[in-house]
Amino acid sequence: MSDLLRLATAGSVDDGKSTLVGRLLYDTKSVLADQLDAVERASVDRGLSTPDLSLLVDGLRSEREQGITIDVAYRYFATPQRTFVLADTPGHVQYTRNTVTGASTAQLGVLLVDARKGVVEQTRRHAAVLALLGVPRLVLAVNKIDLVDYDESTFAVIAKEFTTHATELGYADGSVLSIPVSALVGDNVATRSANTSWYSGPTLLEHLETVPVAPEPADAPFRLPVQYVIRPRTPEYPDYRGYAGQVSAGLVREGDEVVVLPSGLRSTVASIDTADGPLPAAAGGRSVTLVLADDLDISRGDVIAAAENAPEPVDELEATICWLAEKPLTAGTKVLVKHGAKTVQAMVTDLDSRFEEQTLSSVESPEQLQLNEIGRVRIRTSERLPVDDYAVNARTGSFLIIEPKDGDTLAAGMVGAPLPVLGEPTATTS
Amino acid sequence: MTASTAPIATEKLTALEAEGIHIFREVAGEFDRPVILFSGGKDSTVLLHLAIKAFWPAPVPFSLLHVDTGHNFDEVIEFRDGLVEKHGLRLVVAHVQDWIDDGRLAERPDGTRNPLQTTPLLDTITEQKFDAVFGGGRRDEERARAKERVFSLRNSFGQWEPRRQRPELWNLYNGRHRPGEHVRVFPLSNWTELDVWSYIERENIELPSIYYAHERDVFQRDGMWLTSGPWGGPREGETVERRVVRYRTVGDGSCTGAVDSTAADVRTVIAEVQASRLTERGATRADDRLSEAAMEDRKREGYF
Repeated sequence: MSDLLRLATAGSVDDGKSTLVGRLLYDTKSVLADQLDAVERASVDRGLSTPDLSLLVDGLRSEREQGITIDVAYRYFATPQRTFVLADTPGHVQYTRNTVTGASTAQLGVLLVDARKGVVEQTRRHAAVLALLGVPRLVLAVNKIDLVDYDESTFAVIAKEFTTHATELGYADGSVLSIPVSALVGDNVATRSANTSWYSGPTLLEHLETVPVAPEPADAPFRLPVQYVIRPRTPEYPDYRGYAGQVSAGLVREGDEVVVLPSGLRSTVASIDTADGPLPAAAGGRSVTLVLADDLDISRGDVIAAAENAPEPVDELEATICWLAEKPLTAGTKVLVKHGAKTVQAMVTDLDSRFEEQTLSSVESPEQLQLNEIGRVRIRTSERLPVDDYAVNARTGSFLIIEPKDGDTLAAGMVGAPLPVLGEPTATTS
Repeated sequence: MTASTAPIATEKLTALEAEGIHIFREVAGEFDRPVILFSGGKDSTVLLHLAIKAFWPAPVPFSLLHVDTGHNFDEVIEFRDGLVEKHGLRLVVAHVQDWIDDGRLAERPDGTRNPLQTTPLLDTITEQKFDAVFGGGRRDEERARAKERVFSLRNSFGQWEPRRQRPELWNLYNGRHRPGEHVRVFPLSNWTELDVWSYIERENIELPSIYYAHERDVFQRDGMWLTSGPWGGPREGETVERRVVRYRTVGDGSCTGAVDSTAADVRTVIAEVQASRLTERGATRADDRLSEAAMEDRKREGYF
């Protein structure tokens, strides 16, 4: 959808990310009078001379007290050109898992750096996370440019270092842009700054309004995880049996031949139902109910896929995971895996490697993966899962690792090795 | 250039609808006893509309729950009961008055009952063993809500712990919980007030009449137009006048204010929302003005 852009912001602590988001909301007039009044009152209470726009965003008491962002906040704003869903993610290392959360649905990542500090460890880490999750485009906002006296060469050095890093992560030239901004003053956020006459590119907002959004790949093979079997058993619909789900990839048409996984049974699509009437076809993202021509045994968790090009269900898979839990992961850990609408028992049998985001290298056979670490693992599942490679299809190549005891989400999983540069082993643990 | 002049593309509404339907179906597949919080307000009416579409042609496989403060507008209660009957739904009502009568709750000195809803809500969730509770909350409403997940785990005391929230990745929702815990589910998380109204127009969804302009006797308090009712009337020095107003939110009559408006149908309401310089809560909810963290504190206690 070209009229909606989902973006995630990330940056190191104190880079002014919440202020930048506050500035975007303020300059697009997405802040209403009562919200602004509240911020002005709170700013005065804190002894500030100008409104602290970060207070618009930092929604939790502890965030305002500490002046930092702890949790992902979702913001909605719009201009005549586009509607935006912005996931504002925290900068602290211990909250990197929230960057993973924001990045999982983002079409563009905005990374912030402080012009006085340049590219730091967190910038490289965040860029690697965004690349791993497949966020197609990056913007580097070089913030606090006013504090380096709008110096062109300072900006150029930072922009070059970042672009080099992004290229190593696999970003093509046209997919990365650096912009000199001051979130506090407003330079180049929504209005072009007279202080950076040496910069000829777009403002951040102009870029967000015009950056191309990758469309749903039309030629991807059709997949629909069955969420729920609809059986009304009412006088009007005594024998109706429909398979409800959201098309996760490709296009399905009435009459298409499909295969049900993991059973491998085949049938054809008799109708694509919605409460508003049947559809001739449904594309990725649509929630529909499929009625098949044959009476098959299909339940929640099964996947209905194009008969041609169906995935091979597997019970052993290689994957890249971001470990999101305090307790480290070791080989042999029993977990649950949720893929599509299916949750199965599983075991992480091997830890193959752990990535070093700083050096873009990896360590082979690590003892464990700790909070926020990324690594390649092998997983054995109790039932076969029809997975796709994450790099080919994020929606059918992604899964959650869940703690069986308390249900906590332990890791974000991606089938295969979506970021090849992280795959080449370059060092070995003792 | 203002945010509010952006047209709401019908594709966006279709995407929001598909996301909401997906969320309803995930809950139906993963939980034993889900329930929809239903007040008769516009958000919960849209919620119910999505639920009906998600399971069509089968009936909605959940009950509805209304925590009734006893301070509701008659028009809203009539609307609620009419909708329940029309769709053959099951409605559980938790009357705040019952909790006051048997001493589990005490009336507040200011007479407002909105904060009193939390205890009846949590008691009913426990008694009825509801394990998933749908709410109409939206992230654009308030900045503490902006931090909320679509699937929001509540501990066995019904409390929200912001630091214990699970990461929510892709469209994979994790509904696992331990016995006694429950999950609040917010299918309208990514909707804005304008999206809700645009969808109401597109789907031709009926709402309680008080959302549209009508004449009413009102008096001013804290910058809002309040109306007399079982919750009380004007205090000394507050004068009643007849004005043309409508409600942007529908809640406890003691703290929900009307706004001056001549918007008598969906079209004109949408135009008014687009032009408004106030948030719906800021304009009409006294309870959210209490402190910087009023909503966060109520959510931590187990509020909607």
